[in-house]
Amino acid sequence: HPVLAGKRHMSEKNSLVILVVTPGCDQFPSLESVENYTLTVNDEQCFLLSETVWGALRGLETFSQLVWRSPEGTFYINKTEIEDFPRFPHRGLLLDTSRHYLPLASILDTLDVMAYNKFNVFHWHLVDDSSFPYESFTFPNLTKKGSYNPATHIYTAQDVKEVIEYARLRGIRVLAEFDTPGHTLSWGPGVPGLLTPCYSGSHPSGTFGPVNPALNNTYEFMSTFFLEISSVFPDFYLHLGGDEVDFTCWKSNPDIQAFMKKKGFGEDFKKLESFYIQTLLDIVSAYGKGYVVWQEVFDNKVKVQPDTVIQVWREEMPVRYMKEMELVTSAGFRALLSAPWYLNHITYGPDWKNIYMVEPLAFEGSPEQKALVIGGEACMWGEYVDSTNLVPRLWPRAGAVAERLWSNKMVTNLDFAYKRLAHFRCELLRRGVQAQPLSVGYCDVEFEQT
Amino acid sequence: MEHRGLGWPRLPRLLELLAALAVQAVRASAIAAASPDLSLWPMPLSVQTTPRVLHLSPDNFFFGHSSTSKAGPSCSLLQEAFRRYYDYIFGFYKWHHGSADLRVGVELQQLQVSVVLDPECDTFPKISSDESYTLLVKGPVASLTANRVWGVLRGLETFSQLIYQDFYGTFTVNESNIVDSPRFPHRGILIDTSRHFLSIKSIFKTLDAMAFNKFNVLHWHIVDDPSFPYQSITFPGLSKKGSYSSSHVYTPNDVRMVIEYARLRGIRIVPEFDSPGHTQSWGEGQKDLLTPCYNGKEPSGAFGPINPIWNTTYSFLSKFFKEISTVFPDEFIHLGGDEVDFDCWASNPEIQDFMRDKGFGRNFKKLESFYMQAVLDMISAINKSSIVWQEVFDDASKLMPGTVIQVWKVEDYTREQSKVTEAGFPVILSAPWYLDWISYGQDWKKYYAVDPLSFEGSQEQKKLVIGGEACLWGEYVDATNLTPRLWPRASAVGERLWSHKDVRGLEDAYRRLTVHRCRMLRRGIAAEPVFTGYCDHEDRM
Repeated sequence: HPVLAGKRHMSEKNSLVILVVTPGCDQFPSLESVENYTLTVNDEQCFLLSETVWGALRGLETFSQLVWRSPEGTFYINKTEIEDFPRFPHRGLLLDTSRHYLPLASILDTLDVMAYNKFNVFHWHLVDDSSFPYESFTFPNLTKKGSYNPATHIYTAQDVKEVIEYARLRGIRVLAEFDTPGHTLSWGPGVPGLLTPCYSGSHPSGTFGPVNPALNNTYEFMSTFFLEISSVFPDFYLHLGGDEVDFTCWKSNPDIQAFMKKKGFGEDFKKLESFYIQTLLDIVSAYGKGYVVWQEVFDNKVKVQPDTVIQVWREEMPVRYMKEMELVTSAGFRALLSAPWYLNHITYGPDWKNIYMVEPLAFEGSPEQKALVIGGEACMWGEYVDSTNLVPRLWPRAGAVAERLWSNKMVTNLDFAYKRLAHFRCELLRRGVQAQPLSVGYCDVEFEQT
Repeated sequence: MEHRGLGWPRLPRLLELLAALAVQAVRASAIAAASPDLSLWPMPLSVQTTPRVLHLSPDNFFFGHSSTSKAGPSCSLLQEAFRRYYDYIFGFYKWHHGSADLRVGVELQQLQVSVVLDPECDTFPKISSDESYTLLVKGPVASLTANRVWGVLRGLETFSQLIYQDFYGTFTVNESNIVDSPRFPHRGILIDTSRHFLSIKSIFKTLDAMAFNKFNVLHWHIVDDPSFPYQSITFPGLSKKGSYSSSHVYTPNDVRMVIEYARLRGIRIVPEFDSPGHTQSWGEGQKDLLTPCYNGKEPSGAFGPINPIWNTTYSFLSKFFKEISTVFPDEFIHLGGDEVDFDCWASNPEIQDFMRDKGFGRNFKKLESFYMQAVLDMISAINKSSIVWQEVFDDASKLMPGTVIQVWKVEDYTREQSKVTEAGFPVILSAPWYLDWISYGQDWKKYYAVDPLSFEGSQEQKKLVIGGEACLWGEYVDATNLTPRLWPRASAVGERLWSHKDVRGLEDAYRRLTVHRCRMLRRGIAAEPVFTGYCDHEDRM
């Protein structure tokens, strides 16, 4: 605690005055939102000034972190002058609700802690191979047949609305991801004919592969489905996935072989993948949405619109991730960094340090190129994660990513970071967050299961 | 003679073949007809199940004592267990239908418990406690027979794992015959309450989960360098100065509660007061205990391990361990003895003189042994037995027979097992089971695959392996992440220590473990997922 040098000028502050310059209270945050604020605490005033409501939210969080309590119990705040704004505009956290269902409460709690860390994008990887918990109103069978349990393990339209509004109130954008054409096994039971039937020689093997790109029905379905998605999720961007498309099933299917021939793609299935994704992107653009895709879409040379955002997630393939960042930005695309921030990859010891020391712009490029890096995302994939271990696995480790994306490039001293992060972790406990310890030690009030 | 996992009892020769065929047929249909959710963990020694089902009604079913049982309603350990297991079986069933409107079939009205020998109801469990039991599930009265209450506890757990709800929500159990007893008598979990304080509540939760997995020893590594949370009656200054704060302590009442909570679950509490290393926090409250380190001729201000040359050290330890021996009822006390850093001792001129006088030369292992021997003697003088980490054996000149050695160093641990058992000492294996060493993926498989007896040695040597312990050191663990980090990974160790050595199939283990994990979740243990999937009742839903 700061030293109280005698009972000098200690005026009582009983209000924080907030001035927001630009209206926008009922709007949704966007990539362009201005999150600047200044905070002035002295004898005369206790004043938070921001351009927008989003900046005010960030300032409130900072203000709450400045207030401290003496051993006697009195609340104090020191004379302070803060000028703050984020380094990157896209500071995200990915949750995977397909490998394991996450109860609504877990998602809402995560949004709370994101706000404490000034994260501003919730990347919701809603569906995948394992399960389809998103309740679609145009295709209710997707959920009925694809969820783990359609009575309990789903997100209703109301749930989704609640997440979007809860996020909005915290200045957090919801970036919904419906990953195709791979990672779609759970879509199959609800939409017969959508997935490619794999073949064993001349007979269907009984298993299915990625979405079938050779059928018109596929694109009719995607058109209708993404019309729904575009209307449900208000953010300008949708994440369309496009990662890890396994070509073996496509290859085995005779209809697809015929299609490849017709289209003149030869043996190059990347061309088929491109064909699918391009068509999909056109569909989504027509609904007035922008999109984010995984890096394979770029790596496989799919023709995408110039304002596509590429999310870099692969550590070493096809090149090391910093090289990938260079390639993506030099081709003129905006980039999001995730590769070194896969928080589901746990190891023994204080791995937050490695997470913290990542420098997103550590590649060769002009300032204009580097400006194309709009931020990054910490990813918590769900193979081994659900509500039993989500919170301790996320926090405080994700906090290291949060600072890297918000704070100045020069803020890299590990000792300084450790001191603050350890203190912040105890503060998280005080706020009821089940954040795990950074290393040996203690907090005044420890976590107790309610 | 060890039975295989799914054996059958002996029968007169004439009928043996027929019986074998019948049981085969029954087993085959049992596998087909039994609910796919039926999963026992750890796998009992011998399980016979039939497709005949019985139904249980939450309103009618009860646990009772057989008229010939040596235990009765005055045995509060059993009464408490009955209450707990009723809750585990029916508890989360929120919507009680009125009086049972049972489907067609036989009702299971009672599980009758029979203790054959002197129950040991009001005693503490020991290394030699008999945990065997037989469970005969048939309508209308099933029977659980055991020599002692400890076997009843194990049998109740198994019984609770047999019950499932069918599609209509009816509580169902298949007629079965189970004979069970553990492979190893010492099946432990180590928790570390010095690196991070663990609330009593979280220790209770851990004990609950241990009972679900048939663990029977909580190795309480209670103090260490960073903090001394144990409130000593004889030396109150130890925790007053050595704990993280006055709220980060275990009062005598806390300790009593933990011991009793464990006892009711058939779990021994083995406390560890590690010395002479790992004792920084002791020096806060006890002046002139730790060795002052020297920088040349001057004390550096830092302190090292306990000072082994002062008489006051031994009079302190004597009084201290006298208290420990009265507070903790278990026969064993863990004395630690690991990772003693010799640099500080070597720097201290008084110790240099002592080494010379004793003729130890520059071999500080001799000084370490001198210290450990004195402490070991202290423990046996107060009629307790000792467990120590492997260094005490590795560095020792001679060691009292009966001292249990805990093997923890990963490198070449099977060779260490050979050496220790060859010298005639009992072994507790921990080396492959450091659960604090987390990594990405299904690491439970590698814990499961360990064979505690895969070292070079005779049959007599192998008998000296009394069991093992999964260790969850506390550098990165506290109540926020303890439960998901321990479970269900420790369950893999639990089966390895309880079940027959041939129960090793990973596919079947995976299937049973995922069901067991959902069961622990239902019972309030936030065990983390094994892999992609779901439980009917998720945590916080």
